Amino acid sequence: MRSGKFGLSMGYLAAIVVVGVTVVPLLFVALGGFRTNAQINTDPAGLPGPWVFDNYASVLGSSAFWTFLGNSALIAVIATALAVGLGSMAGYALSRYQFKGREAFYTLFTLGLLFPVGVATLPLYLWLRQLGLLESFWGVAIPEAAFSLPVTIVILRPFMHAIPGEIEDAAVLDGTTRLGFFWRILLPLSTPALTTVAVLAFVTSWNTYLLPLLVFNDSAHFTLPLGVAMFQSAFSQDTARVLAFTALSAIPALVFFVLAERRIVGGLTGSVKG
Amino acid sequence: MTTATTPVRTAAKPSAPAVTARKHRPGRRKRLELALLLGPALLLFTGFVLVPIGIAAFYSLFNWKGFGPLDDFVGFKNYADAFGGTVFQSAIVHNLIIAGLSIAVQLPLSIGLALLLNRKLRGRAVLRALVFAPYVLSEAITAVIWALMLQPNGFADRTLRGAGLGGLVHNWLADPGIVLYTMFAVITWKYIGFGIILLLAGLQGVPAELREAAALDGASAWQTTRHVVLPLLGPTIRIWIFLSVIGSLQLFDVVWIMTQGGPANASTTMATYLIDHGFKRYEFGFGSAVAVILFVICFVFALLYQRFALRRDTQGALTRMVG
Repeated sequence: MRSGKFGLSMGYLAAIVVVGVTVVPLLFVALGGFRTNAQINTDPAGLPGPWVFDNYASVLGSSAFWTFLGNSALIAVIATALAVGLGSMAGYALSRYQFKGREAFYTLFTLGLLFPVGVATLPLYLWLRQLGLLESFWGVAIPEAAFSLPVTIVILRPFMHAIPGEIEDAAVLDGTTRLGFFWRILLPLSTPALTTVAVLAFVTSWNTYLLPLLVFNDSAHFTLPLGVAMFQSAFSQDTARVLAFTALSAIPALVFFVLAERRIVGGLTGSVKG
Repeated sequence: MTTATTPVRTAAKPSAPAVTARKHRPGRRKRLELALLLGPALLLFTGFVLVPIGIAAFYSLFNWKGFGPLDDFVGFKNYADAFGGTVFQSAIVHNLIIAGLSIAVQLPLSIGLALLLNRKLRGRAVLRALVFAPYVLSEAITAVIWALMLQPNGFADRTLRGAGLGGLVHNWLADPGIVLYTMFAVITWKYIGFGIILLLAGLQGVPAELREAAALDGASAWQTTRHVVLPLLGPTIRIWIFLSVIGSLQLFDVVWIMTQGGPANASTTMATYLIDHGFKRYEFGFGSAVAVILFVICFVFALLYQRFALRRDTQGALTRMVG
């Protein structure tokens, strides 16, 4: 694409503005954690001077932060394992088996893309109460897995469908059963797509707010998003500590994102290009 | 790869010829396998996605507080009350304003930034990662960050004054005339990265030859973008609009944490209204009716959109919506 010097410099200017708008709030939080409340109140937009480490130290030294982190991780791992495990089995059935009603089942799952957890939360809560799953990690992880299934199946099905039939023929010749082919050959070949759906399911679960808010009353069971919101209202006078807590809570997601960025973007790219 | 017609390994069990093997002949064993493979996912999905929606539809016909016997059947009274209430009416309007603003503001912004990031700027990879970063932060963290930044006389106000733009300072979260637009700005900050990534993926599908051909024919950079690139982005843009509208209709987390729908219901959305009545006032029957309304609105929109906007795209949107 031809573009003159003017176009390019406009490009850089726009890029700088975008980076500023994106990064400044993150810097505000991270640096604010290194300041005292007095510093923040007199000059909200200033830099730390002197740098204080008490806020971060007190958050890292409190059991609450680690408890929330552990709960989030546990729930996200269970939800991801369930969604990817059951989703890949269903994806195999829907992509490589011929049977009546196959498309109807597939359409049923795709309809699920229209109900994010938010809509179903109220009835879900009543349902979980009847099942006795309130205040339990399963009560959050199982519904999250269920709501991740549609996306998982929608991504996996075309991928599994595209794996050449000759491979399956060769496997059958070698005496593999259909389930053996799935387990020993198809799943390993589907690793790229499996990684993408795992990342999506994990991030979704990690960030969910409303469902755990309703299921958990006991703050010992809280996940990080609940913890951040609770911390903000509980320590509203102690802005510096809230900032430190929020910054630390953001780190896992950002690190995870840096590690998995290619997969997220790759998965989305594949979905658009078909 | 060609299929072998004779088993190479003598150790292999004799099996049906390869050609018929792939056809998975119907039989009891196949049905058993299907049940084993499809059953668990179907059970989980039905039990925790479909059943709750059904339960909601049932409870919505009762005046119920969430405990005790279900004996106060009121028919469609909850629905009539919801639609007749000014707060719920304004909640629907707020959702529509957010959806409209998304298309009017976020979409051009996303397209512009995607076109920009698609060019050979130095540090492009870093730029992309940075723009995408807010998207992975939870809504809770986003809401807390911005609530702190927007405090009266806080970071945002001081920065504006420092830049000589003191006239722009508002009571971001407490002024009923402003608060909805503040919400929109925060949502834009969080989700713009998603739109950009989606569009960048779409841009990779635009063949370079087409641009070169347009340039050879004497088209300016702007004309090439306008008449060659944008039309080819059509399917991607239509998917983005779909996801964006559904997301706007379901808006909850950020608003709930920042304002709880206040002040004076100025930032209430359908979802915050639903949670407010269902869980703060224990109006479970009424809240369920609102949940059903929200679901039906999303469903009808999806059907209509699929029917009219996505018909031209080669593949059905429902099977391609990811993200």
